[in-house]
Amino acid sequence: MFDWVASYSSGLQAALWAPLVLLVFVLALTLTHLVDRGSRSWVWKVLLGIAVLMFVVQAPLALSWAPAERYMGDTGRILYMHVPLISLAMALLVINFGASIAYLMRPSMTADAVAEASVSVAMMYGVLGTLLGAIWAKPTWGTWWTWDPRLTTSAILLVIYTGYLALRRFVDEQERRATWSAVVGILAAVNIPVTYFSVRWWRSIHQVQSNPSTVDPQMVMVLRWSYTMFIALLVVLLYQRTLDALEARKRESTPP
Amino acid sequence: MSEAQPPVPLSASSPPPGGILRATLAILGKDLLLEWRTRARLNALVLFSLATLLLFSFALGPDTAALRRSAGGYVWLAILFASVLSLGESFRVEAENMSLEGLRLLPVDGRALFLGKAIGNTLVLCAVSLVSLPVAIGLFDAEVTLDAGRLVLVMLAGCAGVAAPGTVYAAIAANAKARDVLLPLLLFPILIPSLLASVKATALIFQGDAMGELSSWLSLSCAFDVLYWGLGYFLFPRILEEN
Repeated sequence: MFDWVASYSSGLQAALWAPLVLLVFVLALTLTHLVDRGSRSWVWKVLLGIAVLMFVVQAPLALSWAPAERYMGDTGRILYMHVPLISLAMALLVINFGASIAYLMRPSMTADAVAEASVSVAMMYGVLGTLLGAIWAKPTWGTWWTWDPRLTTSAILLVIYTGYLALRRFVDEQERRATWSAVVGILAAVNIPVTYFSVRWWRSIHQVQSNPSTVDPQMVMVLRWSYTMFIALLVVLLYQRTLDALEARKRESTPP
Repeated sequence: MSEAQPPVPLSASSPPPGGILRATLAILGKDLLLEWRTRARLNALVLFSLATLLLFSFALGPDTAALRRSAGGYVWLAILFASVLSLGESFRVEAENMSLEGLRLLPVDGRALFLGKAIGNTLVLCAVSLVSLPVAIGLFDAEVTLDAGRLVLVMLAGCAGVAAPGTVYAAIAANAKARDVLLPLLLFPILIPSLLASVKATALIFQGDAMGELSSWLSLSCAFDVLYWGLGYFLFPRILEEN
C-alpha cells in the first residue's frame, strides 16, 4: 500500500498545509497582540522572526524546488512574490475602506491611525509588486509596461492613494484631516473593485485570478509560503505604523 | 392680521420635507446668478478650454488623421483642465466674507449644498463643452456619425461624472494648504475610469460605432455618476462639519 509515490504525495499534502498552520499561528499572535497590551513589546519581534524564517524556507522552495513554469520558465518564479504583494496591497486598501467607514460612524484616533497605516503599507507592497511585475513582463510580454486594463487600473490606484497620503500631509488639524481622508478613502475605494475585476470585464493581456485546482500543488505550496510570509510581515508593518501614527497624534495634541 | 406663526427652532436638526429640494434650487439659483453676474469668469474658462484644444494640435503636429482619431480625448482633456479652475472657483467664492459659514448657519442641509453646487458645476462644464465641442469638431475635422442626442447624453453624463467628485474634493482642497496643487492631485486619478468611458463614447460617436459598443461605455459612465453622486450626497455634510 505505502509505496514511495503515496508517501511522497502524502508528505506533500502535509507540506501544503504547513504554511496554513503557520498562518493561523500568525493570526493568533496578532489577536494576542491586540488584546493583551503587555505582549505588544515582544509579539511583533516573534512575527518578524516568523517572516524572516519563512523567507529563508521560501526562497529555495521558490527558486529551485518548485517546477519551472512551462512557458515562462524560471521567470515565472517572480510570481511567487508578485501575486502575494499585489493582492495583499489590495487587501490593505480594503482595510483602509473599512477604517474610513468606521471613522465616519464613530470618530476615533485608532480608526484614523489604522487608515493611515494601511495605505502606507499598501503603497509599499503595491509599488514593490508592480516593479516585480514589470521585471517579469519584460521577458514574458516583451515590454516593461503596456496600457492594458489591469496595469492601467493598478497604476491609477497607486496614484489615487498617493493623493490620499498627500492630503494627509497638507492638513494640519487632526479631526479635520481624519474626516477628510475618511471621505477621500471611501471615494477612492470605488476603484478597488474596478481594478480587481478589470481582468474579467475587459480583454486583458494579464491573466485572470488562478485557483489551486488549476495550479501544480508544488507551486501552490510555495505560493502559500509566500502569502504567509508577507502576511506576517504585513501584520508587523501595519501594527508598527499604526502605533507610530497614534504616537504622532498624541504628540500633535500635546504642544511642547 | 395674520395668524400666529409657530416659533422657528434656531437649529433645526433635520429640514422639513421638501426642504432639501427647495434649498438645492435656492443654492443652484444663487450660484447661477453669481455665474451670470461675473460673466467674465465663465468667458475666461471657455477661452482657456479653447486654448487647450489649440495646444493639443501643436503638441501632435499637423497630422490630420491622428488629430481626428483623438479628437474625443482632446475635448475631454480640455473640459477636465477647465473643471479644475471652475471647481476651485466655486468654493473660493464661498470663502469670501465667510459665505459658507453663513450658509451653514441658516441652516442649509449639507446634502442640499452638495446637490446645488454639483448641479451648478455640471452646468458650467456643460457650457464649456457646448463651445469647445463644436470648435474641436471644426479644428480636428471630426464628424458626428451618430445622432446628436447620444452626443448630448454622453457629454451630460461625463460632465456630471466630473462635477460630483470634483465638488467634494474642491470643498476639501479649498481649506487645505496648497489647495491649487491638491485639487488636481486628488481629482485627476479618481476621474480616470469615468473619463475613459466618456472619451471612448465620444470617440465612437466621432468614428462610427461598428461593434455597438457605445451603450456599454455610456452605461459605465452613468454607473460612475450614480456612485459618485450617491457617495457625495451622503459624505458631503461630513466635510462641511470640519470646514
